[in-house]
Amino acid sequence: MQAFVGVLTVFVLAMFVGWMVITKVPALLHTPLMSGSNAVSGITIIGAMLSIATPSRFSTALGFVAIVFATINVVGGFMVTNRMLHMFKKKKKD
Amino acid sequence: MNPSIINLAYLLASVLFVLCFIQLSHPRTAERGNLTGALAMLLAIVVTLFDRGILGAGRQAFLMIFAGMLVGGAIGAVLALKVKMTAMPQMVALLNGFGGGASVLVAGAALHDAVDPSMPVPSLQLTVATVASGLIGGVTFWGSLVAFDKLQELLLPGKPILFRGQQPLNILLALAVVALGVMIVLEPSNLWAYWTLVAIASVLGLLLTIPIGGADMPVAIALLNSYSGLAGAATGFVLNNNVLIIAGSLVGASGIILTQIMCKAMNRSLANVLLGRIEQAAAGAASADDVYAGKVKSASADEIAMLLDNASRVVIVPGYGMAVSQAQHAVRDLMNLLESKGIDVEFAIHPVAGRMPGHMNVLLAEADIPYDKLKGMDEINPSFEQTDVAIVIGANDVVNPLARTDPNSPIAGMPILDVDKARTVVIIKRSLSPGFAGIPNPLFAKDNALMFFSDGKKAITALITAVKEAA
Repeated sequence: MQAFVGVLTVFVLAMFVGWMVITKVPALLHTPLMSGSNAVSGITIIGAMLSIATPSRFSTALGFVAIVFATINVVGGFMVTNRMLHMFKKKKKD
Repeated sequence: MNPSIINLAYLLASVLFVLCFIQLSHPRTAERGNLTGALAMLLAIVVTLFDRGILGAGRQAFLMIFAGMLVGGAIGAVLALKVKMTAMPQMVALLNGFGGGASVLVAGAALHDAVDPSMPVPSLQLTVATVASGLIGGVTFWGSLVAFDKLQELLLPGKPILFRGQQPLNILLALAVVALGVMIVLEPSNLWAYWTLVAIASVLGLLLTIPIGGADMPVAIALLNSYSGLAGAATGFVLNNNVLIIAGSLVGASGIILTQIMCKAMNRSLANVLLGRIEQAAAGAASADDVYAGKVKSASADEIAMLLDNASRVVIVPGYGMAVSQAQHAVRDLMNLLESKGIDVEFAIHPVAGRMPGHMNVLLAEADIPYDKLKGMDEINPSFEQTDVAIVIGANDVVNPLARTDPNSPIAGMPILDVDKARTVVIIKRSLSPGFAGIPNPLFAKDNALMFFSDGKKAITALITAVKEAA
């Protein structure tokens, strides 16, 4: 129970921090914010790695598919965000 | 490696994720913010490789991890490099789905391992969080695939799909999810119950997304974005892993905020959007014929070119129609041409223009239009009175003055771009057909409005030629 309260505290505070940080983001950046945060949600990859490393073949198989999914999310998300933000930056020099 | 060191590294990664979001919310630091996020992810992945479990599992586990990353990384990279900016909403929808899918699988694997007879009885936290991961992840995965399909216009129509008994069916499925959830918590070894729950969540994801219409997609995508984060956070509870919880809730919060912004920009409640309830215009509301009869004036490219030639300030209002006709590069050429004549050109961007939050900004930036020319609604609205010509291209409901004047209209109270206050409004549109809200637009019949009936790209190209000839 105590451990649960610990992670719950982390969860509530992290939601709060997220809320405070993102409230003021300009409309200009809405799309890159979505694709970038999308890549961050690929953090599930950590869980996927851990499930590969269990003796059960079934879990390993699930973990493998999860790694593929999460990596698409991470790599695709960060790369496409970079591509978009680069377009914004390029114009600033003119 | 000592678990404390790993957890310290996770703490550092979490701090970097927060920093990533801080930097992503300012134009000047956004690109750096994205790199910070990628660095945080890399750090988290690398230290996880030193986890006792993974080190102990030997070479085969490493090979599988790298193989999975190679496959996923290749697919992700190809998607990221090939996707057209107009197709960005589909891309984000797809990525949301993969995030949700990964959470379902990881939680399933964790439950499977936890009920092994050699393990202690799984904690309440683990089972409840597994149920949450399965539910949110399943809804996200299938909901995102439906959103992808609708945006890509593959199988399903863009308009809402509604059928009799839809709500009762959703409630029934939700109750089934609750029942299965309770079963899993009481007797975690019922693994079939988890996969049944995932299957029902999948159907629920489908049913919840099909009633959402094309123009409401910005809300749907923002919400699914939030779900994909929350699914990740739920998986963090399953594994008792703080970095998952923190990164997941940051994404969850960001998605919720965007969802709110989108709903506000349409003056509709979230429930109203999710249920696909764009009200039909009240009986007695003016029909298209009443509104337009004899009052709509259309103009040729040459006439509009004359107006532009005498203008000192022009505002261009892009909508989804501009993306459909791929007119953004032609629009850039028109802007350059007008600016070379000393005319001040700006862009007015409604928060829900396009199919995802910020969609128009990305399209125009791709066409090399400097971002300081892209103005949000609140910033540009006061300046329409000093604007000589407003050019509306492929937008309709977001410039409909009924939102201000008719409290019974389905878009009543929606904040709009005040293009009607410009000296002249030119509307580039193929016909007088209504927008997503299905109502006529009295703007088209105003004295200062000129219709230019044409495909967006052709219209802009014709304008460019005409302006050059007029000079």
